[in-house]
Amino acid sequence: MSAATAKRPKLTVEDASKFYDTPTGRTHALDRFSMDVQDGEFICVVGPSGCGKSTLLWSMAGLHALSSGRILLDGEPVTKPSPQIAMVFQEANMLPWRSLQKNIELPFEIRRQAPARDRIGRLLERVGLAGFEGKYPRELSGGMQQRASIVRALSVDPSLLLMDEPFGALDAFTRDEMNLLIEEIWLETKKTIVFITHSIPEAVFLADRVYVMSARPGRLSKVFDIDIPRPRPLEVQAAPHFVELVAEIKGSIEHKAPARPAAA
Amino acid sequence: MASVDRQLADNIPSFDKHEDGQAVGVSNWSGVAGQLSLIKSSREWALIAFVAAALIGGMELLLRLYEVPTYIMPTPSLIATALVRDFPLLAPHVGHTLVELLSGFAIGATVGFVLAALVTQFPLLERIIAPYILLLVTTPMLALVPLLILKLGFGYSPRIIAVALASGPMVMINSATGFRRTDLAKIALARSFGASTLQIFLKIRIPMAMPMVIVGLMVGSIFGLLTAVGAEMVGGSFGLGNRLTYYSSLIQMPQFFACIVLLAVIGISIYVFFYWLGKKYAGWES
Repeated sequence: MSAATAKRPKLTVEDASKFYDTPTGRTHALDRFSMDVQDGEFICVVGPSGCGKSTLLWSMAGLHALSSGRILLDGEPVTKPSPQIAMVFQEANMLPWRSLQKNIELPFEIRRQAPARDRIGRLLERVGLAGFEGKYPRELSGGMQQRASIVRALSVDPSLLLMDEPFGALDAFTRDEMNLLIEEIWLETKKTIVFITHSIPEAVFLADRVYVMSARPGRLSKVFDIDIPRPRPLEVQAAPHFVELVAEIKGSIEHKAPARPAAA
Repeated sequence: MASVDRQLADNIPSFDKHEDGQAVGVSNWSGVAGQLSLIKSSREWALIAFVAAALIGGMELLLRLYEVPTYIMPTPSLIATALVRDFPLLAPHVGHTLVELLSGFAIGATVGFVLAALVTQFPLLERIIAPYILLLVTTPMLALVPLLILKLGFGYSPRIIAVALASGPMVMINSATGFRRTDLAKIALARSFGASTLQIFLKIRIPMAMPMVIVGLMVGSIFGLLTAVGAEMVGGSFGLGNRLTYYSSLIQMPQFFACIVLLAVIGISIYVFFYWLGKKYAGWES
């Protein structure tokens, strides 16, 4: 019995389905998606655009309700945003009218708490943003903004970090840098991370497990365990095993070419 | 405000394209406030002062050279003398105009801002009242002044009402444009940290609307000044507008132009104030 509680997943998604009613009709965004995430795991979800990965992540964050199915965090259903969960959005999502410091303190303001200055200071130091506290987002590069948004998410010490294609808008070099940084931070903090991306190499580089989704309706098509030892240096991306995994995942994604109806 | 949740729930979270309205106001704002920041070095200041002095001096010289009669166009020196000598006589009228402008604008701007904030949360309500706001914006409120005077007499109240009616809708339409700029990602960010609808309003929607609100305040206050002076010309016995009709009827042109200089000072002060306000609260956008 104690073994059962010890093994209880950090995050469970059970048969999650989501429909959107739009003026042009009903969109089936997510179809009976299930997953178990253990405490401290790094999970990546990949799939073609429009496959419902963002819908899935927003549901995990409690930002919108599922049409059916449920999501459990530590055994409790997620129905609204939780202090245990923090989200990193696409393109950093900084508030342009606030300085870096004020942006990072936003969650504390909302929760009417004193900002955890020590923690914020250490995190800023860690991501190389110490000394930039007074700068405004427009004065910072895309990579710096995204690092700040990671600090903002980690500053509230969540146990689950949700990342919604955070590095999609960055150039390849900055992206590599960010991937290294996020792996290091994960190794240091052992947060549970669910990371959404459409880059398969990024997913393989970061994840313990990669969930592959197919589009319309978004459903789980396959799960891959990534057994590459950590810490993973950038050079690992040229290793034969890495390349194999990427190819295998790529092959598993169903491409729906409209001119060529699928045989099965 | 209830629509925030609805929007979030019904919108497929895709950030491939930016939400509409993202670019609204950027150009407007820099259009209104672009000029002052161009002034940089002390040499530029000297040049600007020199041109101004040359203009005024040249005018003085030409008016004297061609012996233009004072009742057609007084020389700058005569205007300046009138301004200094008669300032004790004019000062109370400046006060009256400012009272009308400030109280009318305060009422109009408050109502306009609150209405804009409310109305943009309920699209149907917005569509219902939009025609009336348009009517108020496009109809010169000065037209109502004779009627207001008939009902309310020659005191402050008809003028204050006219100023409020002229400035309020300007503040409202501009603020509404600002409040319509929804950025779902920023709202979601606040919500993900547990923000209430009120907190989203205060911490996301208002700051996002601020650049357009300030444009609205600037335009609204200028319209208010226009209406205050116009209303003073229509009836009553005080205010700078009233002095304009008074001095022109007596053909005391130096005093007439002194009043115009005072009005220009008020107008420029309004502009500078809102320019400063914009720098402070909307500077992030430029």
